[in-house]
Amino acid sequence: MNDIAAPTIEYGQLAPMLLVFGAAVLGVLVEAFAPRYLRRSIHIPLTLAALVGSFALVLVQVFVSGVPTSPAAMGAVAVDGPTLFLWGVIAALAFVSVLLINDEDNFVAQAAAVPGSADEEDAEIAGFSQTEVYPLVLFAVGGMLLFTASNDLLIMFVALEVMSLPLYLLCGLARRRRLLSQEAAVKYFLLGAFSSAFFLFGMAMVYGFAGSVGLSDINAALPNVGGQEPLLVLGTALLGVGLLFKIGAAPFQAWKPDVYQGAPTPITALMASGTLVAAFGALLRVFWVALGNFDWDWRPVMWGVAILTMVAGAILAITQTDIKRMLAYSSIAHAGFLLTGVIATGAAEQNRDALSGILFYLLVYGITTVGAFAIVTMVRDAGGEAGHLSRWAGLGKRSPMLAGVFAFFLLAFAGIPLTSGFFGKYAVFSAAVAGGVLPLVLVGVVSSAIAAFFYVRVIVLMFFSDPAADGPTVVGPSVGTASVVAVAAAATVVLGVFPEPMLDLADKAASALFVR
Amino acid sequence: MELYVPILVLAVLAAGFAIFSVSIAPFTGPKRWNRAKLDAYECGIDPTPQPVGGGRFPLKYMITAMLFIVFDIEIIFLYPWAVAFDKLGLFGLVEMVLFIVTVLVAYAYVWRRKGLDWD
Amino acid sequence: METAEIIQGAGGAIGASWLMIALPLLGAAILLLGGRRTNGWGHLLGVAMSLGAFVVAVLSFVQMLGLDDSRRRQAVELFDFIPGMVKMGLLIDPLSISFALLITGVGSLIHIYSIGYMSHDPDRRRFFAYLNLFVAAMLLLVLADNYVGLYIGWEGVGLASYLLIGFWQHKPSAATAAKKAFIVNRVGDFGLAIGIFTIWTTFGSVAYGPVFEVAGEADQGVLTAIGLLLLLGACGKSAQLPLQSWLLDAMEGPTPVSALIHAATMVTAGVYLVVRSGAIFEAASTAQFVVTIVGVATLLAGAIIGCAKDDIKKALAGSTMSQIGYMMLAAGLGPVGYAFAIAHLITHGFFKANMFLGAGSVMHAMNDEVDMRKYGGLFSVMKVTAITFGIGYLAIIGFPLLSGYFTKDGIIESAMHVNPVLGWLAVAGAGITGFYMSRVMFMTFFGKRRWAPDAHPHESPAVMTIPLVILSIGSVFLGAYLILGNRLMLFLAPAVGRPADLPGFHPFSAPGLTTLALVAVGAAIAWAKYGRAEVPQVAPRGSFLTTFARRDLYGDALNESLFMRPGQWLTRIAVFFDNRAVDGLVNGLAAGIGGTSGRMRRLQNGFVRSYALSILFGAAMVVGALLYVGTL
Repeated sequence: MNDIAAPTIEYGQLAPMLLVFGAAVLGVLVEAFAPRYLRRSIHIPLTLAALVGSFALVLVQVFVSGVPTSPAAMGAVAVDGPTLFLWGVIAALAFVSVLLINDEDNFVAQAAAVPGSADEEDAEIAGFSQTEVYPLVLFAVGGMLLFTASNDLLIMFVALEVMSLPLYLLCGLARRRRLLSQEAAVKYFLLGAFSSAFFLFGMAMVYGFAGSVGLSDINAALPNVGGQEPLLVLGTALLGVGLLFKIGAAPFQAWKPDVYQGAPTPITALMASGTLVAAFGALLRVFWVALGNFDWDWRPVMWGVAILTMVAGAILAITQTDIKRMLAYSSIAHAGFLLTGVIATGAAEQNRDALSGILFYLLVYGITTVGAFAIVTMVRDAGGEAGHLSRWAGLGKRSPMLAGVFAFFLLAFAGIPLTSGFFGKYAVFSAAVAGGVLPLVLVGVVSSAIAAFFYVRVIVLMFFSDPAADGPTVVGPSVGTASVVAVAAAATVVLGVFPEPMLDLADKAASALFVR
Repeated sequence: MELYVPILVLAVLAAGFAIFSVSIAPFTGPKRWNRAKLDAYECGIDPTPQPVGGGRFPLKYMITAMLFIVFDIEIIFLYPWAVAFDKLGLFGLVEMVLFIVTVLVAYAYVWRRKGLDWD
Repeated sequence: METAEIIQGAGGAIGASWLMIALPLLGAAILLLGGRRTNGWGHLLGVAMSLGAFVVAVLSFVQMLGLDDSRRRQAVELFDFIPGMVKMGLLIDPLSISFALLITGVGSLIHIYSIGYMSHDPDRRRFFAYLNLFVAAMLLLVLADNYVGLYIGWEGVGLASYLLIGFWQHKPSAATAAKKAFIVNRVGDFGLAIGIFTIWTTFGSVAYGPVFEVAGEADQGVLTAIGLLLLLGACGKSAQLPLQSWLLDAMEGPTPVSALIHAATMVTAGVYLVVRSGAIFEAASTAQFVVTIVGVATLLAGAIIGCAKDDIKKALAGSTMSQIGYMMLAAGLGPVGYAFAIAHLITHGFFKANMFLGAGSVMHAMNDEVDMRKYGGLFSVMKVTAITFGIGYLAIIGFPLLSGYFTKDGIIESAMHVNPVLGWLAVAGAGITGFYMSRVMFMTFFGKRRWAPDAHPHESPAVMTIPLVILSIGSVFLGAYLILGNRLMLFLAPAVGRPADLPGFHPFSAPGLTTLALVAVGAAIAWAKYGRAEVPQVAPRGSFLTTFARRDLYGDALNESLFMRPGQWLTRIAVFFDNRAVDGLVNGLAAGIGGTSGRMRRLQNGFVRSYALSILFGAAMVVGALLYVGTL
């Protein structure tokens, strides 16, 4: 009897992720056994502690035990510089998002009750809350962490699903405008499943080509294409579709506005920040670790996608009348800007600059986004959030502080100097110019200009229009929401004035590139 | 280009099969209609009319089916592990215990939420 | 010009000198973001932050005194601001520490005074937030080791000044004055910005060290241009001709603001800029000469304006213009003048702040009346204010042995040395100063009581009078301390260089005696007209010259006819052109984009089946494109 060798698993390296998953499982047990009235007060500390712990474990790896130099878990998971940076970013973004989620007024009292029914009313009166939200968020965050780190297509697919499935569900849990929310959830689920199928199919093709699903094995197989090129080309294209769907690149962006609008705003914040970060991590890994030597083929296509994404995001945002949809299109445009960096990453020596630019950009965009959505949750009408832009008219006169901070976030999105957005764009675009993709950068700059128009339009609307007579009220934020806005604003200022330490850190994270 | 010929052939075969099956069925199949056959398939419940007053949509069948799948998959994993138990050693045992515990957590959730009661 | 090497990596208090900027900035942030919650203790926080900055400044100063002359220029690196272009850092040297001490010292006193002065204002917290913001920006202006940092501070103080002039924005005059200050400053700032751009393209750096090292080697024409552009910036901020018009209107702001920003500190930023850029001006003698011309012209213009104003704060503002003219003149004289410029700047900071706060105290007592024709005889009811104001008055007219005497005399002597014409004009200015300051003094504190019927003047609370006392002590002794034995000149030498031979102090030289005589004559005329004689309640029509002076030498009329009207015409033409031509293009473009957006939006029809189809098409496109690329 010959023994099957037990695999070696570097638990230390995987600890930040395992902690989150462990806490998620504990959360399910809390749901099962804790009495209803206690659940929330157990979940919140548990969830926050898991995220803080995860962040701390990342810090331990970065500053104490050192960044690992080879993949973990038999080559299935790569905990390298970029991974650790993005893990830190995701943990931090998830933490602030949870503070926002904590405001239970955003979530349905009982998800199973039919919208508008007597059951729903009963549940609201009884003060129920759907506390499954917390473990679901933790599962999604765990999926995000694994998604950025997976060094193996199969693991990546599992991570993709672990990340997405809870999010599909969470999208349907908005307290108000529930039908819209449920519609968003179903749409997201159907389209997500559709794109997963593309990813899976592409994976099968690539496996057919390389005989392995390990990213480094695929890379190793590239030089000997030997008659199997069709499988590689199709596989690359279909993998790309699956990943581009997740970041919301055109022409796979259609789900984003609908889902962002329908989902409970705190969940939108989590998706717009954390999911985007994770998806870019995975995209970079697939295209640069596995298919880096195949870049002459996929790069021109990515050019097209990037241009289409930037232009479509910026142009479509102009005619939006709903604040969340506008932010969704803005997120599409930003995905396009980031793609510019992805394309530049490969160009020889500039690898590092573009990669560190993307890392920095993801951080600053994520944090500003969470802040912006936090403000969206605070401007309310009788029927919930005042989504329509016309309702935001004259907000600057009624709540100058809130409108001022929101305007500041918008300026950061537009990339105005002295905000973090400026340095994010600067880092990515300058690396892209150095990487020889000047035309793309030009398109990016023009799109930024178009995008700046609709950001400024909202600012003008808030400060220079007369407030509507029955305008929305600005609710006094809960401590969580207020601290989210404060943290996001502070980060946007600090990273806009004093970006150097964080740029250095991103640079350090990128310096080792990806481990293979 | 000839590299792509097999893919093309596969596509043609697949499309051909689909078109053939769909178009041949009306001619060859027996046509004995009844009321139940004309209903949309919806896991054994009437899709329309909706319950009066927007009551709950009964999902008992679905939940049972999903539970079955969970345990089905557990068995699928357990079986080969049992066969190769000796070779896998302690590591395999620990992993499998972890796996079962995880499934149990989900099971406990369903049980506590009365997912196992039919009524 | 021989200056000491800049030493990197400062430690101790100097290494922590960034706290000077950070503390008041933090204070401003807390007060602005904290909102009403901080109303109760906001003013105390503001004072504490300002005092904290003062403590750091003093500690740095003490540390510097313990160092050799050659080691007194310390650089504090902060962070890479614009990678590859600007490293943000601080330069702590005798010049900047002098300013820092003045700003934080006088600033703290004015903070304390404001507690009392603004005690009835519902927006006191906001006021302190702006004051803290100002202190932070002003410190950044003087401490930064490069022109970009200076520019940020420069704009920061401009912003704070705008916010504070318009602090009582419910008064239309205040709002207009704030706008005017902002717009006039914009002209100067524009010059400064272009000057900095030119420095960058010429020297490839904006940091003082590298720029000054090679300043002399650049093309003469370029250097002159840089010098004149910097001077334009200095004129805007320091209210020098031809950009002087905003300062008089700026007196709409609360009086502590007038004292701190529009007398003691911000308006001296121009002098700082010229002195700091000494290496450039010395290499561009034309620009340097223009500096002296501007200085002399302004010192006379300010003095003349000061003669005709009945508003106590405007009279003091005219005097501020005039005194800064003196500093500018000195700064244009080269190393001989730098020390005198800074000495006068510091003493002026004390005695002018002293007088402004005194004026504020008077206004506080007189129901915010500012017309001196409604004062008179206040000496008997407000002794502390009157005495401290009197000390400031004696200092500014150059009464022997008080601060102004030493510093102004130094400027006049040095100007005589360089160019007698400039010197004698400065002497004439001193004579006029003697007249109009005496006029202010006599109209306010002596003569008959001309109070409004409902006025019940009383002495101000201690929180207001104590700063007055401290400032007046400075007004008495500081001048002698700084000038005698060339103390300040030797202290500043590592930063600005030292003249070939140190000037001595000649109390009985011809210009010095003439100055004293003229001042005495001016004061005597003032006594005859405003002290002894009856002062009419309504200003008499006066001569042509009086009207000329009352109208600020027609500065506004000049601006209006030269800039505003043509500007308005230009704007109208531009609007016309813009509407017809540019808008056609832009609107067309915008409409095009909007139309595209509208059409594309229809693709977003909400049906998940359509979305899935678009994904399918997208996937087909990606596959097709990839295949196509593969065949290339």
